[in-house]
Amino acid sequence: MGERCAVIGVGQTRYTTKRTDVSMAGLVREAALRALDDAGLTFADIDAVVVGKAPDMFEGVMMPEAYLADALGAAGKPMTRVHTAGSVGGSTALVGASLIQGGVHDRVLVVAFEKQSESNATWALSTHLPFGASLVVGAGGYFAPHIREYMRRSGAPDHIGALVAVKDRRNALKNPYAHLRIPGIDRAMVESTPMLWEPIRYLETCPSSDGACAIVLASEKAVTGTPAWIHGAAMRSEPLTRAGRETVSPQAGKDCAADVYRQAGVTDPRRDIDVAEVYVPFSWYEPMWLENLGFAPENEGWKLTEAGCTALDGDIPWNPSGGVLSSNPIGASGLIRFAEAALQVRGMAGEHQVEGAATALGHAYGGGAQFFAMWIVSNRKP
Amino acid sequence: MPSDPPSALSAGTTAAGPDPLEARHVLEFPGGYTRSTGPVIGRFLTELRDRRIVGVRTAGARVLVPPLEYDPDTGEAVTGEYVEVGPAGTVQAWAWVRAPRAGHPLDRPFAWATIRLDGADTSLVHAVDAGAAKAMRPGLRVRPRWRERPSGNITDIECFVPEVTMINAPVRAEYRVRPGAALTRFFTKIKDGVILGGRCATCDQVYVPYRTSCPSCGVLIQEEREVADTGTVTTFAINNLPDPRAPEVPFVSAYIMLDGADIPMIALVGGVPAHEVRQGMRVRAVWVPPEERTMSMANIRWFAPTGEPDVDLSAGVPGGGV
Repeated sequence: MGERCAVIGVGQTRYTTKRTDVSMAGLVREAALRALDDAGLTFADIDAVVVGKAPDMFEGVMMPEAYLADALGAAGKPMTRVHTAGSVGGSTALVGASLIQGGVHDRVLVVAFEKQSESNATWALSTHLPFGASLVVGAGGYFAPHIREYMRRSGAPDHIGALVAVKDRRNALKNPYAHLRIPGIDRAMVESTPMLWEPIRYLETCPSSDGACAIVLASEKAVTGTPAWIHGAAMRSEPLTRAGRETVSPQAGKDCAADVYRQAGVTDPRRDIDVAEVYVPFSWYEPMWLENLGFAPENEGWKLTEAGCTALDGDIPWNPSGGVLSSNPIGASGLIRFAEAALQVRGMAGEHQVEGAATALGHAYGGGAQFFAMWIVSNRKP
Repeated sequence: MPSDPPSALSAGTTAAGPDPLEARHVLEFPGGYTRSTGPVIGRFLTELRDRRIVGVRTAGARVLVPPLEYDPDTGEAVTGEYVEVGPAGTVQAWAWVRAPRAGHPLDRPFAWATIRLDGADTSLVHAVDAGAAKAMRPGLRVRPRWRERPSGNITDIECFVPEVTMINAPVRAEYRVRPGAALTRFFTKIKDGVILGGRCATCDQVYVPYRTSCPSCGVLIQEEREVADTGTVTTFAINNLPDPRAPEVPFVSAYIMLDGADIPMIALVGGVPAHEVRQGMRVRAVWVPPEERTMSMANIRWFAPTGEPDVDLSAGVPGGGV
């Protein structure tokens, strides 16, 4: 894995429907300056900047990294932009980490953002070409059939999705940065909301948010403050259209998890990992990823959810921050997972801190569940 | 200026015609009153004529805008120190005027607002041209819009307008799109009512629509293979969110494994209520009449149930994946 690398600073903006009070540059600077402040550093201490965001169609600014370079203190420094659809926030962290693990730099600033209020996500994701039949369904319409197939195969009861929706939104009430705050949310409330893309209900889907997240990564000799050490880092992708492709539990996700576990010495993820921040934009993806990531046997992930194992006080808390279901500035959503994993092992997660968390998983997926990015961080030096 | 709402002028008119016992009566001093300003208000209006806004400092160091000759709290005379304030300020409170009257500063709906100009300790009452009531809020930042020819009157400020916080950025990319050779071949067959696939000889998998490279192994696909226009729904979504570019809701978008294909295609299922669609349901393409067919997937209106028994998916979904 190369040189040791640690997260030494985390910065987030408050996630909300519309940040009309700031420009795009102002938004990313807010997160970047908070991350630098957390690390006790300034832009002058940074060697390179890596920026991630989802499709440029969201804001209608082509290659925004070019215009954001100087806003992020990158003048005269290397600047890279990463794009792997919804997983981009995770991939951006891993590209940043690779610059340190490869011995190229000592301190890298990683920033990911989305300002979705500048247009509309379903519009930006449904730009169908001529000649084809127009089935504008957005991300929810794309993933709903795969959720239906999971429900059929696993025989999971219908209410599992609602349980995840309630659990993550209750966690969000403990996170000052979370977008959705629904005091008193319960299963009945979730089940009373309409089906948008059956079997996905309104409250089982993620919001559309404006926001940015930033982290500062450092080599061992450049560490300041409280480090979260990277023990494993992996990315995988697979073709979207391939005969026999497993779309409920994609092979690329299994391969990515196997790689990151091998690097970190994880043999039983449910036992060896204390807390996980996993990309769950639709509630049913919690049981689906519990299986894909090896926390539960095939078709049995929903049993962990139902038994409360993934709750904040369960044996393997998933998404104590409230997750993507509570805050979703798409380009940043993956990095938020990675950053929240780091906050947990640094003991800096505030009200949603998992007691004694020493090892955490950060996870992101994107596209048609074809891009995966994961890392494992720990408070122990590897 | 707009006309007054129904008032004295029209009140005397009845269905029977003008009331002979009601007459118009106007009190207006010819040429208007002459009003001396005194030194403090005079200074304020003189500065206004030069498009500056000033306040006056009190003995207690507060800045009064508009200025007065005395501190309204203590009755003491103010100091002779004038302070330039604004021109921007912050709305403290506001009231929306839905129907402006004659004599109002604007002829369209506007807000009366108390505005604390930057550097002032008191608020000024003026009009805010905000377009719509929902644009108004305490804390709104505003700036004066000046009359073209200031004359030394509070109306030299025509009104206040919100600061610029949002711009519209139209972006348009226009392309000429042509299908590649493989897709052109596919659409040629679609026009004839035939769904064309391609078989990868290495993987022994039939891809639909026809393509010339295998997404799995990358080799050239050389064998054309016609597949049936019947198939099995492997899974689906019922879409309830309306979109002007999509079919009328609720509509069913389904993964359909066509007989003879190894990869499902996403298509609309019709001819059946959405809630009666099932995984494993057998369906057949409903084609538009031959004379209406073009080189497009629009030739298939949707897939409709054949009435055959469902395929049992518990033994595995056809083709393996979904």
